[in-house]
Amino acid sequence: MSILIDKNTRLIVQGITGRDGSFHTQKMAEYGTKVVGGVTPGKGGQDVAGIPVFNSVAEAKDKTQANTAVIYVPAKFAKDAILEDIKAGIELIICITEGIPVLDMVDVQKELVKSRSRLLGPNCPGLISPGKSKVGIMPGHIHKSGPIGVVSRSGTLTYEVVYNLTLKNIGQSTCVGLGGDPIIGTRFIDALELFVKDPETQGIVMVGEIGGEDEQIAAQYIKREVKKPVVGFIAGRSAPKGKRMGHAGAIISSGDSTAEAKIEVLRQAGVTVVDFPDEIPAAFSKKLK
Amino acid sequence: MKIHEYQAAELFKKFGIPVLSGEVATTLNEAQSIAEKIGFPVVLKSQVLVGGRGKAGGIKVVKTAAELSKAFPQLKALNIKGYPVERIFVVQAIAIKKEFYVAITIDPAKNDIVLIASSAGGVDIEETAKQNSQAIHKLYLNANRVIDQARLTLFVKAIFPDAPSQKAGAEIFQNLLKLFCELDCSLAEINPLAIDDRGNMVAADAKINFDDNALFRHEDIQKLQDVKFEDADEMEAKQAGLSFVKLDGNVGCVVNGAGLAMATLDVVKLLGGDPANFLDVGGSSSPQKVLTALKIILKNKKTKSILVNIFGGITRCDDIANGILEARKQLEMRIPMVVRLTGTNEELAKEILAKAKISTCSSMREAVEQVVALARQG
Repeated sequence: MSILIDKNTRLIVQGITGRDGSFHTQKMAEYGTKVVGGVTPGKGGQDVAGIPVFNSVAEAKDKTQANTAVIYVPAKFAKDAILEDIKAGIELIICITEGIPVLDMVDVQKELVKSRSRLLGPNCPGLISPGKSKVGIMPGHIHKSGPIGVVSRSGTLTYEVVYNLTLKNIGQSTCVGLGGDPIIGTRFIDALELFVKDPETQGIVMVGEIGGEDEQIAAQYIKREVKKPVVGFIAGRSAPKGKRMGHAGAIISSGDSTAEAKIEVLRQAGVTVVDFPDEIPAAFSKKLK
Repeated sequence: MKIHEYQAAELFKKFGIPVLSGEVATTLNEAQSIAEKIGFPVVLKSQVLVGGRGKAGGIKVVKTAAELSKAFPQLKALNIKGYPVERIFVVQAIAIKKEFYVAITIDPAKNDIVLIASSAGGVDIEETAKQNSQAIHKLYLNANRVIDQARLTLFVKAIFPDAPSQKAGAEIFQNLLKLFCELDCSLAEINPLAIDDRGNMVAADAKINFDDNALFRHEDIQKLQDVKFEDADEMEAKQAGLSFVKLDGNVGCVVNGAGLAMATLDVVKLLGGDPANFLDVGGSSSPQKVLTALKIILKNKKTKSILVNIFGGITRCDDIANGILEARKQLEMRIPMVVRLTGTNEELAKEILAKAKISTCSSMREAVEQVVALARQG
């Protein structure tokens, strides 16, 4: 098994006719993801690499029975794209777009809590259940199917972690990129809950960073509920206070948002927090035995 | 993005929030004529985009034209946390009877807009929050952009002392929220919100930070930016689509992705080095971006070696390799470079670099060890 996406995932791509959208649509299809349609208003009737394009999400869902949507539209249109998915009843929405205004995301949250949709991102690499389905922008070939669930606030750092796991022959159930923005649809605690329930996932890697307090909230949950081994890495130990480190959410604004504070609470919750990304596989080899 | 107090006060006024009368001055003559117009005493407030200007002596009350002539050049000569004082906000001095703290911001943990208020205003609000968290009141809007009047009435009752101040406070909150939402702020703060000796409520300070992601829909706000308070290298990087933060060390770093860039700096430190900068070349990187990145890094004379650490996803390693070659052609590469490339088009990139006699590493640890050793030798 895996979480959130698998062989039953039927994906539509919003912004499929754009540069990033069309490129990644092909990469996802090549990986084996069932990309059943695309949406670009005004371009309905066209196709991208044989995949039909529709004018609206509602129409695409109706014609293709899609249950998942991925968004590659520019930041200024992203709010409407997410709201359109929520309205159409899409179960899982993955928003790759970076740079969405925070108040737009507050508006999205208002509709999201009233709906049954789940949002992943924005400003995230997406997610992959190796060998089954890939929704996002990560390089598929570095992944390998197996027992470890990976959840992270970052993109390329997740690839680094996955690459090291695969090198040591440790496969992954699902790798989830939560996104680097302050307001995101799915947080550590949500992904951890899903990994706990997934029988195939035997261990979890959690890759956090400076800013916010999601790692602290996750630590409380881990202490209470998680029996599976958890290995952690927190980026940003050398980050100066008050400076935004690339991600909109990666900023040390209080004592709790430092890497040290997060490492400390995770260790107290029984998480093995390593210093180097390449130490994660060894930490698991010990724990899984 | 931050703006000066006088600019924020101007926006407050536009949205119906009572402010002190005042104008900004850059010369003594301007300051004198503003003071005459308002009437003495006035307060001279240095306009700098860093905190702690009061403690640094950047605020002075003057009662006469003579006092103003003496104080104005003193303020202009100040250097507050590395920034010279160029603009001085000349405002009417009032007798403050009571001070409050009032702000609106986004609480990311709750995905919500929050109103914050305290009857302990005028002082360091973070200290108050730490020592007496009960003195801080919060009202969440449940993701609405308007406040329910009944909830607001209850909220202001807990903060302001009597019916007139509660009414005035509620109106200020309504207007501040309108400003916050219409202008896409990340923070709108009044500290202190004052009640003067005649019982009038007025914003005695004004602070607004804007959401950088939303600036595309506020051209008028973009124009308010005082670029003197931005690091020139950070500005240049931003314009090129890079994200750059200057640090104190001597190992220059070019990385793709914010998380990997942060982790790279951490590993440099753990292996005994000291990073000179944070630099994320972003997603779909072009050779041009790598060239600009290296140009900015080479400007820092302290830098002794450079690490390029790329995990190709959307970023193609061959784009990075071509950028490095271009940089070698166009820039004077006075210091050694270590390149680590993995992921999309890795083989192609290694071929390109091998032809130019640039060796590459496959692991991040190996690359960091090398670059730290080179920085030590340099």
